[in-house]
Amino acid sequence: MARKTTQASDQGKLTRRSLLKGGAAVAGGVLGSGVVGAPMIWAQNIKDITLREVGPSFSVIADISAKASADLGFKIVPQAIETTQLMAKVVTQPETVDIADWEYWGMQKVYRSGNLQPIDISKIKLWDKITPLMKDGKSFDGSDLSRQGTLPFNVLYTEGPDSKLFAKGKTGYATVLPTIFNADTLGIRPDLIGHPISSWSELFDPAFKGKTALVNIPSIGIMDAAMALEARGEIKYANKGNMTREEIDKTINALISLKKSGQFRAFWSTFDQSVNLMAAGEVVIQSMWSPAVTAIKSRGIPCVYQGLKEGYRGWGAGLGLMRHLTGLKLEAAYEYLNWYLTGWQGAFIARQGYYSALPETALANLTPNERGYWYEGKAATAVIKDPYGNVMDKVGAKRDGGSFQQRMGNIACWNTVMDEDRYLVQRWNQFISS
Amino acid sequence: MSSRSNSAGGRFSSYLQVAPMALLMFTLVGIPLVIVVLLSFWQTDGITIYREFTWSNYASVLNSPVTLALFIKTIKFALITLIITTIIGFTCSYFLVFYVRNLKLQIGLLLVCTIPFWTSDVIRMVSWIPFLGREGIFNSILMRLGLISHPLSVLLYSDFSVVLAYVYLFTLFMIVPIFNSMSKINPNIIEAARDAGASKWMILTNLIVPLCKTGIALGSIFVVTLVMGDFFVVNVMSGGQSASVVSAMKNNIDQLYYPQAAAMAILLVVLVLLLVTAILRVVDIRRELAR
Repeated sequence: MARKTTQASDQGKLTRRSLLKGGAAVAGGVLGSGVVGAPMIWAQNIKDITLREVGPSFSVIADISAKASADLGFKIVPQAIETTQLMAKVVTQPETVDIADWEYWGMQKVYRSGNLQPIDISKIKLWDKITPLMKDGKSFDGSDLSRQGTLPFNVLYTEGPDSKLFAKGKTGYATVLPTIFNADTLGIRPDLIGHPISSWSELFDPAFKGKTALVNIPSIGIMDAAMALEARGEIKYANKGNMTREEIDKTINALISLKKSGQFRAFWSTFDQSVNLMAAGEVVIQSMWSPAVTAIKSRGIPCVYQGLKEGYRGWGAGLGLMRHLTGLKLEAAYEYLNWYLTGWQGAFIARQGYYSALPETALANLTPNERGYWYEGKAATAVIKDPYGNVMDKVGAKRDGGSFQQRMGNIACWNTVMDEDRYLVQRWNQFISS
Repeated sequence: MSSRSNSAGGRFSSYLQVAPMALLMFTLVGIPLVIVVLLSFWQTDGITIYREFTWSNYASVLNSPVTLALFIKTIKFALITLIITTIIGFTCSYFLVFYVRNLKLQIGLLLVCTIPFWTSDVIRMVSWIPFLGREGIFNSILMRLGLISHPLSVLLYSDFSVVLAYVYLFTLFMIVPIFNSMSKINPNIIEAARDAGASKWMILTNLIVPLCKTGIALGSIFVVTLVMGDFFVVNVMSGGQSASVVSAMKNNIDQLYYPQAAAMAILLVVLVLLLVTAILRVVDIRRELAR
């Protein structure tokens, strides 16, 4: 088992097992020294452990769980559901989840239920190496990131092991372990549009009447709409990430008149719908997730995740531990969290366009060509493949929007839950049914 | 029933007979419904539900212009679907009963009607999408024939495509009950009417339609309740452009506002009950079935 670990972490510097040693103090830290008494008991016990990881399909991926299970010696069982369903599960049936894979806005909404337990940061070996974007809320040059919406930093820390509130600054306890994040923007079909797109305002350009789509998740759809309306100069927001009732009203009214004029072809609610709308040419410009763009390109259809001058809509995700985890199971969960940062997952997720909270280890697990393409904004020197081995981009192609620094350095707002959330949901329903 | 159960023993045995069904209805319909009713009067902060009485869920649902629009839209879909499925259902049954004389062929053809039901209705519905899309088969055929110059957008992600899917999915629920009551019509009655000088049209309107009332009513109940309770078809086939009462409920549930969703659910139950009662007022199904 020890050998397997070394094999998997070919970076050499990763000492995942050392945590385990700490947990199994009975073993006397003799795991590697050839004494096979107590560690065997540990190994036997841990083999029976099963952790259910539940979260959205773009993050809870069977390949990642399988690799983690193989490396760690216990079982990670993935279950992919929408964030909204995860919120309901965590609130009403917390015992059906062990590890919750959160988008920050979902976690923000249900953290006060008390069904998650804070993560003891001292047990996360590589915490200090987590990117300042997530850990400190700072951009690459040390300046503050946009505060519009839910900046991950604002909901990352909590006061203590029993707190249900978010802390103002850094503490020793985290609500979730930051895992993946990205800068979202509009997806376009350059072959069907024929001219360069540079602003969010194009989403509501009458030229694309009947050829646009918005995501039908109220809290995210309204942000894309706000980016576009603001770019068109129709509405000026004090804070797009936390609109007042008047701002919500203005936005929804503008959306209703756009809908009446036939601007929208559809409102998608699942990943597949967004892929199909774009691949079939039903829409040419729409809200999109990065892996959806990857999926379309893998089919040989041109699709660009277009960086726009007003900036990106950022989001992040993280792993949360459920309150009911204790003892050996909790130790195993911590071990899984530590595994998550060691790079294999970061590299896997990079190939669908996401960034890892710990870029250093992710980069070490990518080839120089992949590093250049996904993180450094360089032209591909060989074909770029998606996580499942399908050819996604050709030699010479560059990532849309450029490097990690260019993309993440230009976040205009973050996915969020607004104070007026309930009112927003009501008005959004009105928009959809108008 | 009253005529049969005079003795105490008879009453006991009939209670025993209804017991399993009553138990099933009580546990699987009664209890959940009571919980939904209670929930609709409770308060929530988005996480915890407080068991304190409030009218506010109903007030916010009833005061919102969305609710009325949604109910009107859903009823509109239900009525259009009902009319089309009734016409198709009646015509198919008429053909099967009065034109196909061979019993085996009759049953065989009825089975043919069920072929689409051999697979999941999700697949059946989704397969319309590539057919109706802008670059879909139907549009390319029309364009190749030179009938249109631009692809028709209205075929997909529109009210048209929603109704089309409803009709496609639910027509069988109309065919079967109408076929059932039509096949019970005694041919001698039609013979007698013809001998008495009735025209084909008179036989149809004065004889066959009234005698099929039960089937039409049963089918209507199926179709109306299915459409009123749907959110999946409307979501997929309208491309999210159209909402139904249930899809608004789902939006509330997604955001953990259960009491509001419960209030809406109760309103929907009341409306469907009213519609079903109206149908039963027109046709006394129990009497007709006992016939």
